[in-house]
Formats: sequence, structure tokens, C-alpha cells
Amino acid sequence: MATYTMKEAKPAPSGSKGIIFWLKTNLFSDVRNSLLSLVGIYLIYVTIPPLLNWMIFDATWSGTQDEVVNSGARWIFIIEKFDQFIYGFYPEHLHWRPNLVAVLCVAFLIALKVLKNNKSKIVLMLLFPFVCFILISGGWFGLETVETEKWGGLMLTILVAAVGIIASFPIGIVLALGRQSDMPILRTLCIGFIEFVRGVPLITILFMASVVLPLFFHDGIEFDKLLRALIGITLFQAAYIAEVVRGGLQAIPKGQYEASEALGLSYWQGMILIILPQALKISIPNLVGSFISLFKDTTLVLIIGLFDILAMVTLTNSDTNWLGYEVEGYVFVTLIYWVCCFTMSQYSKSIERKFNTEH
Amino acid sequence: MNNKQLPIDGKGFLNNPQHRAVFFQIIALIAVILCAFYFANNMFDNIEKRGITTGFSFLDNTAGFGISQTLTDYDDGTSTYFDVFIVGLLNTLLVSILGIIFASILGLLVGIGRLSNNFLISKLSLIYIETFRNIPILLQILFWYNVVLAALPSPRQSMSYLDSVFLNNRGLLIPEPIFESGSGAILISFIIAVTAVFYLTRWSRKRHDKTGEEFPLIKVSLAILILAPTLVYFIAGQPISAVYPELKGFNFRGGLAIIPELLALLFALSIYTATYIAEAVRAGIEAVPKGQKEAAKALGLKDHVILSKVVLPQALRVIIPPVINQFLNLTKNSSLATAIGYPELVTLFSGTTLNQVGQAIEIILMTMAVYLTISIVISLLLNWVNAKMAIKGR
Repeated sequence: MATYTMKEAKPAPSGSKGIIFWLKTNLFSDVRNSLLSLVGIYLIYVTIPPLLNWMIFDATWSGTQDEVVNSGARWIFIIEKFDQFIYGFYPEHLHWRPNLVAVLCVAFLIALKVLKNNKSKIVLMLLFPFVCFILISGGWFGLETVETEKWGGLMLTILVAAVGIIASFPIGIVLALGRQSDMPILRTLCIGFIEFVRGVPLITILFMASVVLPLFFHDGIEFDKLLRALIGITLFQAAYIAEVVRGGLQAIPKGQYEASEALGLSYWQGMILIILPQALKISIPNLVGSFISLFKDTTLVLIIGLFDILAMVTLTNSDTNWLGYEVEGYVFVTLIYWVCCFTMSQYSKSIERKFNTEH
Repeated sequence: MNNKQLPIDGKGFLNNPQHRAVFFQIIALIAVILCAFYFANNMFDNIEKRGITTGFSFLDNTAGFGISQTLTDYDDGTSTYFDVFIVGLLNTLLVSILGIIFASILGLLVGIGRLSNNFLISKLSLIYIETFRNIPILLQILFWYNVVLAALPSPRQSMSYLDSVFLNNRGLLIPEPIFESGSGAILISFIIAVTAVFYLTRWSRKRHDKTGEEFPLIKVSLAILILAPTLVYFIAGQPISAVYPELKGFNFRGGLAIIPELLALLFALSIYTATYIAEAVRAGIEAVPKGQKEAAKALGLKDHVILSKVVLPQALRVIIPPVINQFLNLTKNSSLATAIGYPELVTLFSGTTLNQVGQAIEIILMTMAVYLTISIVISLLLNWVNAKMAIKGR
């Protein structure tokens, strides 16, 4: 009987592996491709090395202004003004309060993950914003009051974004439900509001909130600048959330609506228990997308005179001891925004991939 | 056994869904009307108390401030607030249209680059998209204006290209075309060329439907479009000349000056919006199933025919709606020009005019009305395109 032995697998031909092969197929497969690659290499050559040199290798990281000898970025400016970029004019001895709020936020998120009881979750969710507000603004429990004019920097940016996201969410859902409802008057009102807000730029809504809104109320009712901006941003964001949620509602099969009615659930029971959980789940990627736009749009509050982190660049540069550091300021703020937005968009993509179970 | 009985009161007024719907709608309507009434009431009280005049008569008053860029005749001394409104509106439209053109070109290039077989080009496009779409547009505008353009040299040390284009911290100077008598003929010849191309397209399509023969449409059309006006230009004795900008003393004379505010705004808006357009282009082309390309190849079609007859018609259906939406976004984002003082609608009207006149309600409503009109026009356009492109079922 013949015996068969397994032959050793031969290595791949030397022409079809290795870095040379990869370069050949991906970068220099034909003349056109090679030209494009050369253009690409040139683009990298003219941008990346100077940028790295400026940002890292030639940069000044410590010392005083007089000691700056390198041509690169002078990060000493950011280090010197770091507190202003983060807290604005918030009194220095009270910085522990926003810090505590940041720590509490992490604790809050962990608690939401850990807690099993829905009721305690809801109580926590309702209580938490007030705790944060009291901690930051003070005036209660012997905490020193800090006026909103002194809030600024990254703290203000995050605060505006967070309030905009949280407050606009319920309004947006109600608007979306109103737009989808069978009641003509209600539907018209909701469509009118949504389309109006989506049709105009945010800056006009902020102007409206800061200039026209005070005229709508009695003299006794005072709004401070921050509250006006928050109202404008919340209403603006609500219209966009409404459209995202409507997309989710429309994607739910009609059978789900009919089934919830057949079970004898009331409108709100059906919505809260059956339709909305599904609709919100599939709209998470788009919701995150809309949060990213809101986060980027918070920069607009500087036009109506609030001092968010972007406004801090101009403001810190008006210090006569520190003139001409705009570039460093803008790059620093850019990095902060970029990291936040990029992380959020990667998160939304990962969720999209997780939900995308079709083949 | 559960003896609990369901209450039998299903005959109440509100248990009828139709009655209930009417009831709730009336309540909602009353609430909205009451709110509006309350706000309006307070508003009139406040306006009276503060002595603000109402109405649109302020539009006839003389504005009396200078504007750095005007497309119509505007005079500091005699022009009214209505003229200011028109100047702002035109400047908004100018920056939007230019921005849309640049953003489309850049977005198309990057979107195609994103799908390139070339590893380097595809990754560079990805880096471009991910970098610029994650930076707030206002930050980009301020960066271009306060950092890049502010660092440009003074007029005397301008960067110059071929001695006809100059770039300095007062803006970009390009030669200004001067149309002398006879240049009308060139315009007419161009219009005739466009009409000819239009009919040629129809004829070649008909011929293609009948006989299947291809006509080199793009080459012939380009030739007609370029040759006809050029020929007329020389026949009419070269009636178009250009005035080149010249350095006189500390500043330039002649030529078209593009102010730095407009440059910064155009750079920022086009670069930012192009990232979204690129993503739309990529998504659209990727949405065409692979089988379509393979089938076209199996039929023996050439590469450019596959692109123009199989891939693009299907991809455009997916690409165009989000791109038109981005055009609208760009137009709305152009209002951020107010941060760097480019004289567009929001800067001139909701800014300077509001500060001088103080009639906040009328002015902001007018500004909003302009943007609303633009978005309604664009969404009508979008609906029309969607209807035209919808797959025609049998």
C-alpha cells in the first residue's frame, strides 16, 4: 500500500508578499496611481513635519516668556491661562465645586449602570441636576453665591451642551409624537414649530432669545444672559431631536402600534412601554450625531456675549502681558473640541455597527 | 377568582376617541393662544414703557454708516436701512453661492478620493474629513480670520502671482475684467452655444435610444462651449480687457478686491461643508450594489460607460438630497460671519441696524423671514429633485 505524506506548504512567491508588493499594488499599480501617490506624499511632506515641529519638537513647554527661544508653539501660555480656559472667571478658591460636579457626574453614570431599581434611578435622575446646579451656583447650604457672569470656559461649554441635550430631549420627543399624531391642529402646531426652527440659523434664535425674549415677560421677571441662551439653544435642539425621533417612530412597523392598541393599552402606555423604547433605540446613532452638532454649536454663545472656551482665546489674549498668543489658544481649543467630537462620533459608529445585524 | 369588575363607565364623553381628540386639540389651541396673547400683551406694554417705536417705517430712514463690501450702489450719506437690508441679503447670497461652488468641488474630489484604490489618497481623504468635520465652524472661521489671514504681509510686501494676483492682509486682489462694446456678442454666442448643446444632448439621447450608437457628447459639447465664445471674442476685436491691480503708495489701485472677511468665510465654510458633501458622495457611490458594476462589466461595457450609465444614475439618487441639505446648512452657517464682521444680513441688519434703531422684533423677524424663505425654496427644490429622481415603478 502506498503511503502518502503531507508536503510542506511552499512559501508564497516572493513577488506577492512583503512591503514591496504592498507598495506596488496599493500605491504604484499604474502611472496614474503613482502620480497620485506622489501628490499624496508631497502633501504629507508639506503639512505633517512642520506641524509636528511646531506643536512638539520646537515647542516651549515650561519657563517664562523671556526664556522662549524656539520658533514652535509656546504652550507656556496655555499652562499659564489654563484655569481661565477651564473655569472662566469662576473664583479660584471655589474651583473645587465644578471639580466635585465632574466627579459626581462620573459617579452618577456608574450609579445608573449599577442600580437595578427603576424608581431609585428616576429619583436620582431628577435630583442630580439640582445638586449640580446648587453646587455650581451656590446660595444654598452656606455655599457662596457665584453669579452666572463669572461662569466661563470649558465649564460653561459643557454646561450649555448638557442642559441643551437634557432639556431638549423630552420636548423633542413630545414634538415628534405631536407631528406623528392624528390630530390635525396639534400636528400643524408641531410641524410649524419644527420647520420654523430648522429653517433659521441658530444665531438668529440666540439673538431672538437674548433681545426679544425679555420683552415677552413682565418687568418683574428677570432672565440672566445665560438662561436666555439656554432657552434658545434648548428650543433649537428640540426641533432637531424631534426630527431624529420622528425618523425612529416611522421605522417602527405598523404592527407594533396596532398590537399595543389591541392589548388595550392607552396611547401613552403604548408609546412609553412599546413604541418609544424601540424608536429611541434605533435613533441612538442619529441622536448622538445631533448631540455632536449641538456641542459644536455651543461656540455660538460667544456672539451674544457669554464666555465659553472659544471666547476665552480672545479674552486671554487681551491681557497686556500675554499678547499675540492666539494661535496657541485656537489650537488648544481645537484639540479639545476635536477630541470630544471625534470620540462621540466613533461611539455612534460603534453603536450603529452593533445594531446593524442584517447581512 | 378575581371578583374585581372593570368599571362600566365607557360611555363618558371623553371615552370616545373622536371626542377626546377634539377636546385635547381645543385645549392645546387655547393654551397656545393664551400664551401668545400673554406674550403679545407684555410685549406691547414693554415697548410702550421703553418708548420703542414700532412698524417698518424705520426702513426709510437714512442709515449713515459705511459698509466694506457692497454689490449694489450704496452711499453712506443717503442710503436707507432698506438699502442696508438689500446689501446684506446680496452679500449673504454671494458668500453662500461661492461657498456652495467651492464646497461642491472640494467635497466631490475628497469623496471620490475616499473611494480611491490608492491607499494613501484614501487615507488622506479620511483624515481630512475626520479633522475638519469635528471642529466647530465658528472656530474655523475665527482661526482663518485671526490667525492665517492676519499673518499675511502688508500691501507693500504682498505675495504676488504673475504680477496680476496679489494677496496681503487687506485681502486678495485679482484683475478686474472690463467689458467694452461688443462684449455683448460674446455673451449671446455663449447663450447660443448652451442652447445648441441642450438640443444636441436631446438629439444624441434619441439617437442612442433608437440605434444604440454612442455620440461623443461631452467632447463635442465642450468644444462648442469653448470655441464659439472664443471665436466671437477674436472676431469682435477682443472687447474684453482687464485692469490689473497696481501698488500706489501704501495700497492697491484697480482690480477686484476681495476683502479678508469674505476670504476667511469662504475658506472655512467650503472646507467644513466639503467634509459632509464628501461623506454623502462616498455613501452614495457605496450604496450602488457591487453586482451592478459586475453585471455591467459582464455585459462588456467600458469603464467610463459603467460609471456614467450604471453607477452614477443610481448613486446620484442617494447623493443629491443630503448634498442639497448641506447647501442649506452652508447658507445658514454663513450667518456666523457676524463674528468676524463680514457685512452680510445678520451683521448688518441684526447687528448694526438693530443697535442703531432698537426695533428688535421687526428686525429679527425680517432676518428670520429671509432665511426661512431660502430654506423653503431649497426644500421645494429638493422635493422636485426627489420626485424627478424617484424610481419609476411599473
